[in-house]
Amino acid sequence: MIEKSRLQIPRPTARPGDEPDFSYLDLSPAGSVDKPPIGSRTRKLEFLSSGLVRVLDDNHEAVGPWNPNLEPEKLQIALRWMMLNRVFDERMWQIQRQGRISFYMQALGEEAISIAQGMALRAGDMCFPSYRNQGLFMYRGMKLVDMMCQCLSNTKDMCQGRQLPVMYHSKQGNVFSISGNLATQVPHAVGWAMASAIKGEDHIAATWLGDGSTAEADFHHALTFAAVYQAPVILNVVNNQWAISSFQGTAGGQRRPFAARGLGLGIPGIRVDGNDFLAIYAATLWAADHARRGHGPTLIEHVTYRGGAHSTSDDPTKYRPRDEWDSFPLGDPVERLKQHLIKVGYWSEDKHERLEKELREEVLVAWKEAQKFGTMTEGPWLDPATMFEDVYAEMPQHLESQRRRLLEILAED
Amino acid sequence: MAQMNMIEAIRSAHDVMMDRDPSVVVLGEDVGYFGGVFRCTDGLQRKFGEHRVIDTPIAEGGIVAAAIGMGVNGLRPVAEIQFADYIYPGFDQIVSELARLRYRSCGEFFSPVTIRTPCGGGIRGGQTHSQSPEGIFTHISGIKTVMPSNPYDAKGLLIAAIESDDPVVFFEPKRIYNGPFDGDPEKPGVSWASHPKGEVPEGYYTVPLGSADIALPGDELTIITYGTLVHVAIAAARATGVDAEVIDVRTMAPLDVQTLADSVKKTGRCLIAHEATRFGGYGAELAATIQKECFYHLEAPIGRVAGWDTPYPHAFEWQYFPGLKRVSAGIRRVMEAE
Repeated sequence: MIEKSRLQIPRPTARPGDEPDFSYLDLSPAGSVDKPPIGSRTRKLEFLSSGLVRVLDDNHEAVGPWNPNLEPEKLQIALRWMMLNRVFDERMWQIQRQGRISFYMQALGEEAISIAQGMALRAGDMCFPSYRNQGLFMYRGMKLVDMMCQCLSNTKDMCQGRQLPVMYHSKQGNVFSISGNLATQVPHAVGWAMASAIKGEDHIAATWLGDGSTAEADFHHALTFAAVYQAPVILNVVNNQWAISSFQGTAGGQRRPFAARGLGLGIPGIRVDGNDFLAIYAATLWAADHARRGHGPTLIEHVTYRGGAHSTSDDPTKYRPRDEWDSFPLGDPVERLKQHLIKVGYWSEDKHERLEKELREEVLVAWKEAQKFGTMTEGPWLDPATMFEDVYAEMPQHLESQRRRLLEILAED
Repeated sequence: MAQMNMIEAIRSAHDVMMDRDPSVVVLGEDVGYFGGVFRCTDGLQRKFGEHRVIDTPIAEGGIVAAAIGMGVNGLRPVAEIQFADYIYPGFDQIVSELARLRYRSCGEFFSPVTIRTPCGGGIRGGQTHSQSPEGIFTHISGIKTVMPSNPYDAKGLLIAAIESDDPVVFFEPKRIYNGPFDGDPEKPGVSWASHPKGEVPEGYYTVPLGSADIALPGDELTIITYGTLVHVAIAAARATGVDAEVIDVRTMAPLDVQTLADSVKKTGRCLIAHEATRFGGYGAELAATIQKECFYHLEAPIGRVAGWDTPYPHAFEWQYFPGLKRVSAGIRRVMEAE
């Protein structure tokens, strides 16, 4: 037999019409992965990148060494934020479908990540989010009405009509501006963290990107710089299995877990159940302590599933089984936290239903309020001449004259 | 005042700013312990420590991006890209992130990064160590683009760049690091010691961004140029006996249109000279600007002298470089045209 080289073209286990098949996911039973002490050598942490840190078991109980033992009251707060994220997304999605905003991206199925990590980090820690981290902005104090105004590009839009919907920013909440390009924020987080250490502060940075965008050079620059200088940063890969139509294997996920991407550089990686609020919280706390105590970066891979379309411009029924999410072995993060709280006696179906209704009402009120500042069809309108502002700290002469020219043209109408 | 070459002037600018402002940090390949391949950061790490003068991995995209993150966290980073030819791996971070951060966040976030990078040919650098990519950067809204032509301006402009809250890409024409160059490689090298702009104050001063300089006053023709070619243009004016006014643009963007236009209105003739390739180049923008501002004063078509539209060849760099002969021919062409 003649041996010769050939390409292996990565293919997902199921396409439209096929039975969903997640047999490729390596799962560990809840509670089965050890929790090593902070400051362990990377060699002793390698197992964390191949196992799966889980706290919530199939009976909805919190088990094992990673159980953060959070008070039920705190978990109720977490559940509320996760539900708000979902209800908000649902409403904004409908609003886009009605043609009242141009574009939207939901975090369906990934809500636990933003909320658990938002809660585990300190307020002074800086977040460099991707476009599915709206929960972080909410948790860090951004008002729903302000988020809606951004999506509307109206007179109260924090971006003054310059950015696509969902590209929020919050200096006050220490959440960086979302670019719209992928993975560019990851090395920014490392630079920010380096500066924190240079200044002798104990704030750390955290950043998020998808499985697909780990293929970008920026991710690898970030890993190198973080490892070389032992920067106090948490690099989160949200492996939701899909990057638009490219499954995680297209970014190399079939070879080794994304959590292992930093091992060659000595960066510990934790592979965590991304639909398990408690596991994410515990892993983040571990990584934050690790960074704050001078042991450098951690890479966390969150194994989750993108419950909805990539964006309102996407149709996933064209490339993956319609019901794939129903078969995802790690379930739904909201449902799992809810069942856990019911199990420990701090929640009920009834309370859940009432809260959901209350949150829907809250979102509706915000939407009514947001529209007062302008919609796509009705004023008040943003002044187009503002497009010349903030290009530079001070407007240079050529922009000033272009601004005047635009005003003349507008005055002719 | 002290005698400095351009390398010493640039080093002095770092030194002055690092002394004045603890948020100024330097990062780049070989900039720390070794002091840079062109020695521009020599001694800074010894003086200011390893946390403020940082040797980086060989990853220009990482250097620019890390600098952006540092800037967002209150530092004022000066990043060295070892050769302008190496800047492209960092290009996306410059265009999509550094240039637009202030804009997209309506001023909430910005990063006052200065990127220094040696450019230009005439040092036997071949096609990967000789490029002049400034025109690519002048096309980007949100950054300022600077190229000094002498030690005095280099220091003053670099201090202004470091102090600027806007990102600046600062091109250093490496052929004139050690002395002015009139475009004739056969002549023995000249040092900055005999040049008036080699006199550089030891302390703090700035040359404002966005202001051009009249490098040689004259009445018959305006030569608009920058970097190494300022010296070539002055030599060519003398060689041809034309009473030319040589304008050193200094800041390519934003451009000091007034100084350029005033000169062309006075002389009625204009030649544009740069080392970078011609097609779609920065000279085209200058020509269009002069045409708009000075059309009724022009007595001849605007002339352009530039590098050929090829990569910079190693063995033929003096045939490629727009030297004394070509700039002189350009002067005569514009003078003879009616």
